[in-house]
Amino acid sequence: MTKEIIVSGFGGQGVVSSGIILAYAGLIEDKHVTFFPSYGAEMRGGTANCSIVVSNEPVASPIVSNPDIVIIMNEPSLTRFEPTVKPNGLLLYNKTLIKSKPARTDITIIPVDANIIAEGLGQSRIANMVMLGVMAKKTGLLKLETLKEAQRKRFIKANKEQLTLNDKALEKGYGLL
Amino acid sequence: MAEKKLMYGNHAIVEGVIAAGCRFFAGYPITPQNEIPELMSIRMNEIGGVFVQTGSEVAAINMLFGAAAAGKRAMTSSSSPGISLMQEGISYIAGADIPVLVVNVVRGGPGLGNIAPAQSDYYQATRGGGHGDYFTITLAPNSAQELFEFPRLAFELAEKYRNPALILADGLLGQMMEPVELSDELVDPNSLAENEWALSGCKGRERRIVRSYDLRPGKLEEWNLRRIEKYEKIKKNEQRFEATDCDDADLVIVAYGTCARVSDAAKKLARDKGFKVGLLRPITLWPFPTDVFADMSKRIENFLVVEMSCGQMIDDVKLATEHRSKIHFHGRPGGGVPTPSEVYKEIEKVLGGAQ
Repeated sequence: MTKEIIVSGFGGQGVVSSGIILAYAGLIEDKHVTFFPSYGAEMRGGTANCSIVVSNEPVASPIVSNPDIVIIMNEPSLTRFEPTVKPNGLLLYNKTLIKSKPARTDITIIPVDANIIAEGLGQSRIANMVMLGVMAKKTGLLKLETLKEAQRKRFIKANKEQLTLNDKALEKGYGLL
Repeated sequence: MAEKKLMYGNHAIVEGVIAAGCRFFAGYPITPQNEIPELMSIRMNEIGGVFVQTGSEVAAINMLFGAAAAGKRAMTSSSSPGISLMQEGISYIAGADIPVLVVNVVRGGPGLGNIAPAQSDYYQATRGGGHGDYFTITLAPNSAQELFEFPRLAFELAEKYRNPALILADGLLGQMMEPVELSDELVDPNSLAENEWALSGCKGRERRIVRSYDLRPGKLEEWNLRRIEKYEKIKKNEQRFEATDCDDADLVIVAYGTCARVSDAAKKLARDKGFKVGLLRPITLWPFPTDVFADMSKRIENFLVVEMSCGQMIDDVKLATEHRSKIHFHGRPGGGVPTPSEVYKEIEKVLGGAQ
């Protein structure tokens, strides 16, 4: 089993954090993982994306060109990554911020009102956690409990309230399907 | 077994350098290796080491010369344009036969280039790089684990042969995160024996001199010839490589660093389709693992060299195989990174349609 994932959105939407949490979660579940962020002359408000590979075997290439799963947080990312998803792959997108609809018919598409749900919990910035929860439920790739543990490894300096809120967002996403 | 930690490649280098007992870092910032000096500034402060952010790369390499001449493990890191600026100093260090570690997290060139991953500094790394007849021991890691482990190996080789050592990484290896098994076995810098040439203060003993010049007639030639003997010894003893699935192969991919990772995936694609493909990964780029190529070229018909450059290592493959095999090439210069399917297509081109 090898799953290739891309997470993409605006800088500030927690794209890189999502990727690192997925990689940590894979590591906790004793899988082989790689995480590679887009780096470069990025600017605040510009787009950011990262590639994650989770596998039962050592990961050969950390570069993902045709992902099995994409988590799309904003409009430009949908335009860019929808065509790259493998046939029968999975596309999750943040319906709150994306007005256009994905057109592919050969992949599974799940719209998530991520920002509205996150705001309902009190913070729009945890929309990424909602998306991770949905992904965990849909794919079974990583356990909900593992994601909770993994976010604690990513946010070492976060206070308890924030970590609990992140857990709630993960659970909320997980419970959507 | 130590716990596995998810680490950036650049951070793995820092921990590897510290685990190797190095307590001196001097460097100047440049992307895509900035995480090295950033973490180094914190870690050296924690463990009582020296961290200097210098005014330029020229200052950094010369501080390294000084620290290493005093007999201490010392390192610097930079990326392509910065490494070019250091070449004069590296040449002096090689001329003085001093062990240091230089890490190059290669980016696109020439000139200011860009900050994307590249392998276009291969010639510079393996042909000396600066002026004069010299070589630097050059290691090419391909994972965060090796980025952690190779600093120690580099220091040991550098000291064994009194020669500068280079770790040639690239932007992708530096920026990528992977699990690393940190070794609990740490080198205590105080446990390292003093080198018999180290400038450690001559009170009560003969003075020692470290220098890269000798103006007496014939002396420099003598030094150079002696250094050639050392290089021959390194070439004989230190060739390192990793060969996988080469025994029955009709085609062997040759790649190092990031390209070896991509090529490994391409090899799997090809094997799944019935092509007999192997992968030969040079780990030492200098000394180049010529012996295994000389041996393989007697039975392997095709080598496919994959590089993130216009083709530099391919020269060494041609020299080592002495034109017995057909040498094919796939290169992505200027920050381009090949994909596994791209490399697979090249394999198909050479070996024909699906088997």
